[in-house]
Order: sequence, then C-alpha cells, then structure tokens
Amino acid sequence: MTDVAELPPAGRAAAPSLAEAADRIRRSAAYVVVPILALVGSGLIFSLFLLALGQSPAEFFGLLWRGGFGTAFSWQNTLVRAAPLIFTALCVAIPAQLGLVVIGGEGALVLGGLAAAVIALPIAASLPAPVVLAAMFVAAAVVGGAWIGLVGLLRHGRGVNETISSLLLYYIAISILNFVVEGPLRDPGSPNKPSTPSIGEQNMVGNIPGLDVHWGLPIGVLLCVLLYLLMSRTTFGFAARVTGGNVRAARGQGLPVGGLVVGACAIAGACAGLAGFFEVAAIQGKANASLIAGYGFSGILVSFLARHNPLAIPPVAILFGGIAAAGGLVQRRMGLPDATMMVLQGLIFVVLLASETLYGRRLPAWLGGGK
Amino acid sequence: MEATDLGLWSVPLAMFAGAIRVSTPFLFVSLGECLTEKSGRINLGLEGTLVFGAMAAYAVSYMTGSAWLGVVAAGLAGAGFGMLHAGLCSLPRVNDIAVGIALMLFGVGLAFFFGKAFIQPTAPRLPSIPLGEWSDVSQIRVALEINPLFFIGAALALAMWWAFRNTRFGLIVRTTGDSAAAARALGTSVLGVRFVATTIGGFLAGVGGSFLSLYYPGSWNEGLSSGQGLMAVALVIFARWNPLACFLAALLFGAAGALGPALQSIGVSQGYHFFNAAPYVMTLLIMIASSSPTRALRGAPGELSIVK
Repeated sequence: MTDVAELPPAGRAAAPSLAEAADRIRRSAAYVVVPILALVGSGLIFSLFLLALGQSPAEFFGLLWRGGFGTAFSWQNTLVRAAPLIFTALCVAIPAQLGLVVIGGEGALVLGGLAAAVIALPIAASLPAPVVLAAMFVAAAVVGGAWIGLVGLLRHGRGVNETISSLLLYYIAISILNFVVEGPLRDPGSPNKPSTPSIGEQNMVGNIPGLDVHWGLPIGVLLCVLLYLLMSRTTFGFAARVTGGNVRAARGQGLPVGGLVVGACAIAGACAGLAGFFEVAAIQGKANASLIAGYGFSGILVSFLARHNPLAIPPVAILFGGIAAAGGLVQRRMGLPDATMMVLQGLIFVVLLASETLYGRRLPAWLGGGK
Repeated sequence: MEATDLGLWSVPLAMFAGAIRVSTPFLFVSLGECLTEKSGRINLGLEGTLVFGAMAAYAVSYMTGSAWLGVVAAGLAGAGFGMLHAGLCSLPRVNDIAVGIALMLFGVGLAFFFGKAFIQPTAPRLPSIPLGEWSDVSQIRVALEINPLFFIGAALALAMWWAFRNTRFGLIVRTTGDSAAAARALGTSVLGVRFVATTIGGFLAGVGGSFLSLYYPGSWNEGLSSGQGLMAVALVIFARWNPLACFLAALLFGAAGALGPALQSIGVSQGYHFFNAAPYVMTLLIMIASSSPTRALRGAPGELSIVK
C-alpha cells in the first residue's frame, strides 16, 4: 500500500519524466505488439502446415490478400462479412469486462434474426418500411438480450458456468429455429429450403450510398464506440470492470453485482441479436438455416484478438471478414477444403492464447530489455 | 414360430438399447474429463477432440481395414489434443477456459479439413456383441446387440473409481486437484500430473469419438457430434466427479438422447425438434440444479477454476 504522503499533492499533476513516459508507452505497446506477433506466428505455422500438404504458402497468402483486400470488389465483400462479426464480437467483449466468458452469441444471433423475421410477418405489407425495420430491430435486440441475459441470470442466481450454459442455449436455439422455420411459420412458397416468408424487398436495409455494403457496418462501428464509452466513461462501466477485477471487492463496495452481470449479458445478447437482424434484414430477407453461419464463433476469436476492447473490434473484424471473403477464392484456386479457413482461424486463436504468456515479460537483453 | 409384435413395449426396449448406444461416447468423454478435472484443470475442448477422434478413427479404419486400429488412432489423436491443451495451460497467464474454446474450434476445423476425403467411402465398423440370441423376437435381439466399447467403458469407470480411492496415483491426482500447494509440498509436479491427466483424458475422449463414427451413427460427416463433448463436462459436474456416477449419468444422458429415435421407431414423428433439444435442456436443468451461487459444489476439486 502506498503511503498517502508519497502521493503527488492533489490538484497538481506531477510532470511525468521522460523515462516514465517511455516506460508507459512500452507497456501499452505490448497490447498491440503481442497480438501482431501472434498473427505473424500463426501465419508461419500455417505456412508450415501448407508446405507439409504440398501447397504454396506464398500462393495462399497472395490469394488471401487479393480476395480480401486487393480490389474494391473484394473490399466490399470483406466489409459485408465483417459487419456481423462486429456485433457477435461485442457479445463476447462486454461480458468479458466482468470476467465472464460467454460464447453463445451464435444462439442469440439465430433467435434475434428469427424474432425479426417473425415480427415482420403481420406488418410487412401494411406499415411503412422504417416502422417495420424499427420493430424488427427492437425485436431482435430484445430476444437476443433476453437469451444471453438468461445466461447472466443463471450465473448470478445459481452459479452456473456461463460458458457451458451459453453454449447449451446455442444448441437449444438451433432447435427452436428449425422448429419454427420448418413448422408453424414455414413459407409455403419455398418448397426446397424451409424458411419464413420474405419480409419484402421494400423492407430490406439498404446499402450505404456509393458502396455495396449495408448500413449494418457503420451501425456496428457506432455501437462499438458507444459501448466503449459506456464501459470506460460511465459508472455502470466502471462498476462492471471492478466486478470483473474482484467480485468480492465489488460486493464489499455495495455494487449491484447481480444487476451488472445480467445487464452486461443482456447488452451482449442484444448485440448478437442485432447481428441476426442485419442478416435477415440486409442479406437474406427471411429467416432460415442460413442464419447458422458460424458468425457467433468467429466473433469469439475477433473479441479475443481485440483483447475485448470494443474500439479494437472493428479492425479485427475487418481482418477476419477478409479471411472469410477470400476463403472461396483460395479454396477454389488451390483445391483446399472449406474447412481451411476454420483451421486458420482456430490456429490463430490457439497461438493468440499462447502469446498471452508474453505479457509482463521483460524483453531479452539483446533486444534492449532493462532491469 | 414367428414372434409377436411387441407393441408399446418396443419403446422402452428401444430406449434401453438406445440408452446404451448413445451413452457410450458420453461415458468415455466424461471419464476422461473426470480425470482431468480431478487433477484440477477443466478441458472444454473435448468437443473438438471428440470430432477429430471420430474423423481419425474413420479414416484409419478405412485405410487399414481394421476398426479397432481406428479406435486406437482416435485415442492417440485425442491424447495429442490433450497434450496441446496441457502444454498451453502450463504457460503462465493463460486462461484454461479460453484454451478449451480455442481447441474446440481448432479441433473441429482440423477434423473437417482432413475428413473431407472420408465422407463418401464406407469404412469397416466395430462389431457388436450379440447378447440377445436367446430370444425369438427380432426386436429384442437387435436391442441386445451391445457394442464392446460400452463394456470397456463400464470396466474403466469401475477401475477409475477404485483407483481414485485406493492407489497412490489416484491420491496424487486428487491432491493436485484439491490443493496445488499441498501437492507441491509433497514434492509432486503439479503441471506434470495435470499434463498426464489431461493427456489420458484426451485419449478417452478420442476413443469416445471413434464410437460415433465406427458404431453409431456409424459414418463420418460434418454433423456427427453436436455438443456431446460439452455435455460431458456438465455430466461430470452432475456426477460430482465420481466415475461410477459418471457411468450412471451417461446412461441417463443416453436415454434422453435415445428418446427421440425410439419414439420415431413406432411412428411418432412430431416433436422432432423438441426431442433434439431435450438432451441440452436436460443438461441445462441438471446444471442449474447442481450448482449453487454461494457454496462450493460438494466433491469439487478445490483447484478447478470454474468452482472457485
């Protein structure tokens, strides 16, 4: 415990010395450098993997660049695929501030999309498009929020591990989707693929003017900024982070831990539900099994790579959107199976987690490490 | 004399047979997870290990013509994943729950990647032990065709229960799981014990996976497992880390999973999705009933991160 007398006098900020400033920069630089090292490291390991299979890593990464970031067309593809990842990553990042590992965002996405499609059914033809979209937006957020909020409730109320319960709820959500889409709300006009009736062309979310990318992307980025401000500048966010640091200390301070846990999970679920909303309202136009596309699981990785910082989520999501966008091109050209991108993402995740061990270590002497 | 139709009795019979069949992968994965958790580490990546084991078993069985070799290969692959998990978790500051999730995704990705070539071909399957030869009723005979892995798993559960109580290795594992400080004071290497426990746990999970592709459902495809690895983790908590209770709980889970197909076999086809969801709902209810917000779970290894 620092002696109170040693603290700088209140009201006058002590000028930081150059060494202190450099030290602080070096320590916070670690939070950018280490993930980049992890990416490079996993790229190297993946290259070895490709070489062992007789494929060319140079060709792979060249095609990855071209398919994800090389042309305007590939950029648009990338951005469209990044949009849902932003929302599902938020679903992992917000509870992570409280120390919770929630991985069931896919379930909330699915049910959010389903709710949006369902609520549009009675009103799609009669009400103006903005009203329909607003109703769908709210429905998706509420249903998604309730789904993951349930996870928080179980965690706080019964001590049920949130990782396991959120994943179980994912499987249950899939069953619910399949039941609704194949049963009571099935569109008789689509005999081959069971799905709900279309919400109508006029009710779809449009594209940003000039780009072939729907509004979900900027809204997602805006949501990241808002949630960052919520978690870092409001009392709710502060209380949440204290709870994440030490639950007993939080309770000792009288913080409403239960409300924080359920609230954070509800916000997370609402984000994932909105991912489902945009999938239905901007891409598919209806709810069906295409909603189960693995965005929720990729979002887990995006959030971990972004170190659960909402501001870092959009660039990381764009990176993974690029990987997904290039997937088709790479796999077709090089004859690799669909799962290649899954392997790459899984590898990145594993190496990233291993790289966590590098934080707090001193640089070796030959790189200039000090005492 | 041709046997008469069993009528409604065929449902419990089908459930009995189904319970034994469906419980076998749960049994192996939960025994593996039980050992891992007794040593104080939680391995959430067993779903990936399970799927990869299923793929490896099918592939090796296809390529060598021997299903049992496939089982061994699956076990070795599972042990490999276990070693990877243990290795990653032994690094300081690495979160073992996150590692489990990462290995789950990685394992499934690798399995799908290498398994692409094996979706179409048919591989030799594991044999069944026909225990129903005494009956004239074909349904009873079919129901009593039990797979050998079930008996191996049951024997393993008994052996593990006995070993935890009566052997030095069991004591070392339990000490490491209850209090790492005490284990260190006794001179055992905490990381070493957990490494061995996680590796064996992975081996068993791989064997459990081999059952899926080599017996029931008996083929390799990308929808083979749906959360069984995860449910096994919940099963271990429900069974309070007791291998014999794991055996019984696996049968319970197997019965829940077999309910749907059993009813379908007599023509009840509505509620298909409800029966699909039933095992997960049951798992969730069991977890809610078994957990407590304030007290540590009875019998929980003290070092386990999710119950601290």
